[in-house]
Amino acid sequence: MDEQYFIDSANLTEAQRKRKHTLENDPASRRSHMEFLPGMEQIDPTLRETVLAEMNAYDPAQYTALDVQRALSHADERCSLEEFKALLSPAAAPFLEQMAQKASLVTQRHFGNTVYLFTPLYIANYCENYCVYCGFNCYNDIRRMQLTPEQIEHEMQVIAESGMEEILILTGESRAKSSIEYIGEACKLARKYFRLVGIEIYPVNTDEYRYLHECGVDYVTVFQETYDADRYEQLHLAGHKRVFPYRFEAQERALLGGMRGIACSALLGLSDFRKDALATGLHACLLQKKYPHAEISLSCPRLRPIVNNDKIRPQDVGEKELCQVLCAYRMFLPFAGITVSSRESASFRNGIVKIAATKISAGVSTGIGDHEEKYTGKQDGESGDGQFEIDDSRSLSRMYTDLEQEGLQPVLNEYLYV
Amino acid sequence: MEDTLKLGGREFHARFILGSGKYSLSLIEAAVQYAGAEIITLAVRRANTQEHENILDYIPKGVTLLPNTSGARNAQEAVRIARLARELGCGDFVKIEIMRDTKYLLPDNAETIKATEILAKEGFVVMPYMYPDLNAARDLVNAGAASVMPLAAPIGSNKGLATRDFIQILIDEIDLPVIVDAGIGRPSQACEAMEMGAAAVMCNTALATAGDLPAMAEAFRKAVEAGRSAYLSGLGRVLERGGAPSDTLTGFLHD
Amino acid sequence: MVTVNGKPVDAAGMTAAALVEAQGYACAQVAVERNEEIIPKAELGSTVIQDGDVVEIVRFVGGG
Repeated sequence: MDEQYFIDSANLTEAQRKRKHTLENDPASRRSHMEFLPGMEQIDPTLRETVLAEMNAYDPAQYTALDVQRALSHADERCSLEEFKALLSPAAAPFLEQMAQKASLVTQRHFGNTVYLFTPLYIANYCENYCVYCGFNCYNDIRRMQLTPEQIEHEMQVIAESGMEEILILTGESRAKSSIEYIGEACKLARKYFRLVGIEIYPVNTDEYRYLHECGVDYVTVFQETYDADRYEQLHLAGHKRVFPYRFEAQERALLGGMRGIACSALLGLSDFRKDALATGLHACLLQKKYPHAEISLSCPRLRPIVNNDKIRPQDVGEKELCQVLCAYRMFLPFAGITVSSRESASFRNGIVKIAATKISAGVSTGIGDHEEKYTGKQDGESGDGQFEIDDSRSLSRMYTDLEQEGLQPVLNEYLYV
Repeated sequence: MEDTLKLGGREFHARFILGSGKYSLSLIEAAVQYAGAEIITLAVRRANTQEHENILDYIPKGVTLLPNTSGARNAQEAVRIARLARELGCGDFVKIEIMRDTKYLLPDNAETIKATEILAKEGFVVMPYMYPDLNAARDLVNAGAASVMPLAAPIGSNKGLATRDFIQILIDEIDLPVIVDAGIGRPSQACEAMEMGAAAVMCNTALATAGDLPAMAEAFRKAVEAGRSAYLSGLGRVLERGGAPSDTLTGFLHD
Repeated sequence: MVTVNGKPVDAAGMTAAALVEAQGYACAQVAVERNEEIIPKAELGSTVIQDGDVVEIVRFVGGG
């Protein structure tokens, strides 16, 4: 079933091709995905075990219309775990408009009509992992690039001039190419130009998160991709990312390292999206319970086409299903920020910010070093390929105007770094 | 699966906890019986040569004794009373009750947290009476409490669930049994607390001031059972009336 | 003199058990504290009350 993901570049050496095919076809050739590697910190596994046990026991088919109606009766007041499960089930599909109405009320109660704006900045696309659906995967033949500190600063200047105040710094997952110190230096630069700095990088240990926090980072996003460990094993064939539990516990380590907020996410479409959504919501819920001061966010990406493979699609997660998941997230976690990325269309993002989303990206490129070209049309240097194809390419100023026309209040930042 | 209330490694079937104050000793046996109670609270006081009757003689065998620390004004005094209670030979259960306010008798959460930490380390099954504050409840969990006992209204007031929304927050967020204590005046209020998901309800004044104490004890037992069943069954849906939304929110979605 | 439940009692030299009995209580039904330290039940018979001691004898009563 996963052949659609497998692409052989003509530039692979024979040895590389052989290794790649062995990884793809022979599960026995792959390292255990449940064992921590040397140097990976291990923390109390209770939270992870609780989330996985609940997810494994969840049977979306057993919920009925009556369960959904019961949940909707008071879901704008409070929503239990059982009710969250009902709202994520197929039985809730006919109630989508009602769910949206309730979710919209909850969003307005907690966030008013504000929508936060941010932009991602990819500083390197080197990657040591073989994740079969990802454009950055180590076997994919793309233009690789890592920005120098001078190039990073230049990109940041271009972005800051557009008015953006919040930035999310991303790298491919290569500790060798993009060391903690390299990322730390980028974050220090970011503090000069932006008021809020988040990172989306490979998972690290508590002391490294603490170091990055000292460099000016306050928010850590880690996508678990799928919470289904067996499926995770089939999709992440090599590299550090293959270690499922270490990735799972990244947010908790980030909070232990002093970060103010974290984001959880499953990449919908890799496995049973209802179970993945349940696990994402519960993961976030239990983190907030254990660390009540933490700011919690959710992202909800769907699969997108990548360089060299346009067959990658979100499968059974259509816009309606995505909307259902977001409404359920909103009712289960009224206080959580919900980010909708530029993977989604402008029409979807315009609609969903009125229902559940609280943060969207603008002026996005998933490539490396191409903001100037994108923002000003000036082509003066090389750039690296992107992680996936974006759908909504609106600039910050365009996004700002569009949101205002929808009666919403765009917010660039209201954050105080302490 | 059997529905039991777990406290300090013990399992109880009854979820109505009975107080023994402010009524005559001769009514205790009937109160316990009609209330179906498995736990009864007691206070520790200086012995008084005028009263030679022993309350323990009136409490049916098999009922778990839950001494309180009433009279304590700070953590130190509560710890002292709890140790005396254990020396009286009633087991390890203790309900911490610390008040430094004689007008409203509101519990002092900060001192209660301190006492809970000390007594939990000494092996007590600590059930702290508290004002329903989420941060304090979390501190009590970390201090080693076996349950939390938020007040519904000022003690003895029979005013019902004045702190309803805050008790609901504790029920939603705290993984220990939440036992609603103080202020419950009517069976319907006890029932509502149980519908909300409280693990148990404790009453004293509502019974002590009732016209017919044993009959009211029975009414409370039934109310608590009804509320528990309703909670376990999942409350039915409420139909929306009026206020139909003007615009659809989901019209933009593509298949 | 010894202070017992707030009252002066001429009890110096008595065992704690004898004091409890003399006050009209059964040892099984009370707990005894001397100078804020509990005297365990098993030691009531062997603990001698000293002049100046403050003794509290407590028992259970009704309470909520």
